[in-house]
Amino acid sequence: MGLFDKFKSIFSNNKSEKKELDLYANGLEKTREQFVSKLSILNHKYTKVNDIYFDELEEILIMADIGVNTVMDFIDRLKTRVKKEKIEDTKDLMEVIVDEMFIIYVNNSVIVNKINKSKDGPTVVLFVGVNGVGKTTTIGKIANKLKNEGNKVLLVAGDTFRAGAIEQLKEWGDRVDCEVVSKLEKDPASVVYDGIEKAKNEHYDYVLIDTAGRLQNKINLMNELEKINKVIGKVMPDAPHETLLVIDATTGQNGISQAKSFKDITNITGIVLTKLDGTAKGGIVLAIKESVDIPVKFVGLGEQKEDLRVFDIEKYIYGLFKDMEDLENGN
Amino acid sequence: MFESLGERLQNAVDKIKGYGKITEDNISDVVREIRLALLEADVNYKVVKEFVNNVKEKALGEEVKKSLKPGEVFVKILKDELVELLGGEKKDLNVNGNPATLMLVGLQGTGKTTMIGKLGLMLRKKYHKKPLLVACDVYRPAAIDQLKQIGRELNIEVYTEGKGNPIEISGNAIKYAKENGFDYVLIDTAGRLHIDNELMDELKNINENVNPQEILLVVDSMTGQDAINVIEGFNNTLPLTGAILTKLDGDTRGGAALSIRHLTNVPIKFVGISEKMDGIEEFYPDRMATRILGMGDLMTMIEKAEEVIDQDEALKTAKRMQKGEFDLEDFLSQLKQIKKLGPLENLLKMIPGANKMGLNNVKVNPKDMAHIEAIILSMTPQERKHPEILKASRKIRIAKGSGRTVEEVNRLLKQFEQMKQMMKQLKNGNLKMPF
Repeated sequence: MGLFDKFKSIFSNNKSEKKELDLYANGLEKTREQFVSKLSILNHKYTKVNDIYFDELEEILIMADIGVNTVMDFIDRLKTRVKKEKIEDTKDLMEVIVDEMFIIYVNNSVIVNKINKSKDGPTVVLFVGVNGVGKTTTIGKIANKLKNEGNKVLLVAGDTFRAGAIEQLKEWGDRVDCEVVSKLEKDPASVVYDGIEKAKNEHYDYVLIDTAGRLQNKINLMNELEKINKVIGKVMPDAPHETLLVIDATTGQNGISQAKSFKDITNITGIVLTKLDGTAKGGIVLAIKESVDIPVKFVGLGEQKEDLRVFDIEKYIYGLFKDMEDLENGN
Repeated sequence: MFESLGERLQNAVDKIKGYGKITEDNISDVVREIRLALLEADVNYKVVKEFVNNVKEKALGEEVKKSLKPGEVFVKILKDELVELLGGEKKDLNVNGNPATLMLVGLQGTGKTTMIGKLGLMLRKKYHKKPLLVACDVYRPAAIDQLKQIGRELNIEVYTEGKGNPIEISGNAIKYAKENGFDYVLIDTAGRLHIDNELMDELKNINENVNPQEILLVVDSMTGQDAINVIEGFNNTLPLTGAILTKLDGDTRGGAALSIRHLTNVPIKFVGISEKMDGIEEFYPDRMATRILGMGDLMTMIEKAEEVIDQDEALKTAKRMQKGEFDLEDFLSQLKQIKKLGPLENLLKMIPGANKMGLNNVKVNPKDMAHIEAIILSMTPQERKHPEILKASRKIRIAKGSGRTVEEVNRLLKQFEQMKQMMKQLKNGNLKMPF
């Protein structure tokens, strides 16, 4: 069964699934438009697979920020398959392209896009990332989601550095009706300690911890993060149950370095890819999955509290290639 | 910033230097290396194509053929092309106007609000004029609080009307500035997507309402290939007068810097280089190009030193050094001066040939410096002047007093001794520089 058929079967079987997919596809519309329109132009331009075709394909993929090495390997693999399977028509190659992209991401691992739950007591989720990627906003959205699912959620203002950060989280707390733990003190580890203690005592289901944005090459700030992590482990030995690295979809190759560095310090269990409602493709997550093996768990598609989706690679690739499928069917 | 790009370009250059002659054949490898280096640095795909073609064409040209050292000519070609890409001449900020009005725009999370504070502080320092910060980000939670806190920290007034209409707020702010004798008005706007028509119209209206001298686009230097869409999007709606690249102190390869000017003709005017309020530098294309190629940037280093170092103090220390009287007191005061220069690794990278000496990857933990300071501060004045009197029991006391170990005290004393030795050699004029 071809990949597109697989998609179709998913969509026709499940209505709510279909609805979510539409939302997803709408949010990704702008992202997808350029990417796929380029792909289809390419396909109109070339009916036969040749070197110039591959050159242009390479350009499109690099423009989508799918890492340079990933793209180079990808093109090599495509070329091998073209040779082996004697593919000549560019239309036939399309499916192979989508297939290969899928392989890059999945790569024999089991993809989990749920939050790891604590077996006993509150589930602690730590949010980390460089400056300005949208950590606080993401916390607001995830809190909203968890709250709607009937959970008792506590927010912890661990960004004691940036001006206005605590107020920002508090405002989100008001919006989604969650309590926020904050302190005037400058030591983030101390706020985090208080937050988890409170969550344990008052039987919260989830504790979402905000941290200050830090560039991954700043040793002192990374050490601070290590300390926060240690403190969490002291209050709750198996926590944090989930550490989410927030990455801005406009990020280029630096995303790989971010993932590597943060993974060195904390046990990153997933990525939240934000600002995917712009024109950026966030293709770097494919390279991150391939090189550092961290899956994307959520995507951010706007500034409202509802603008969050659970990441699904099939839908992501489908979103990128949807128009192409229409093209194939002649619609 | 730019480390890995610089490193890779330098490797390519080193290869060329080994060639006696540049031919179509041997240059293609090098050109491929440069191409990959630029792509991995997020330089725009089209710019890379053009750049690589230009460099290749020139490298195979007459000038190189005639040269006895084709490698060096090649480096010059590369540098010239880089300077060109980065915008050629430095472009100054237009601060004519009464009040001179600056407006910062950009995507969410690029660092606009922080940059407003930095610009205000810099303008006040440089021109001794009075800036007013204006809070027009009425959407993001606590954005106004953030600007207020920054204003309080810098002692710069912030104009705010709470969550009102940004167009009215900006107009009222100008009026307020005129009435109260402010020289500069710096307008903070909410982050927005370049494809959000409604919010882009708002910017257009603010622009028409206040007619700013400068509309500066704030771009995160970690942006990938999407940078071009963003810049074109903003530039099509607003008459951008410049760009500011933020977060250049990360390990970004800063490809956006190399693409913006070339693709849109919008010059880069400033770069943000730390989270601290003085973390801003004016953008000099030629200096940046030499930094990328590992040739260092002594000009910026000297200017920075001039700005923060107490000249009299420095002269006094220099004299004492010459006399061989340098003691731990002097060392401490030097340490304090160096701290004012900002993160040490940023300084090291400006030294010509830093890459080759391995200084590019030196990571300095600010805490290490604090520890050294603590150790010296735990000594008595007499001990600082005559470290030779430090024996076991004194060392134990110092270690306890500073919360460090005796080994660390010993290490510091040893390093200090080595420094003194070096100074003696310097005085006798027979010091061989390590590079």
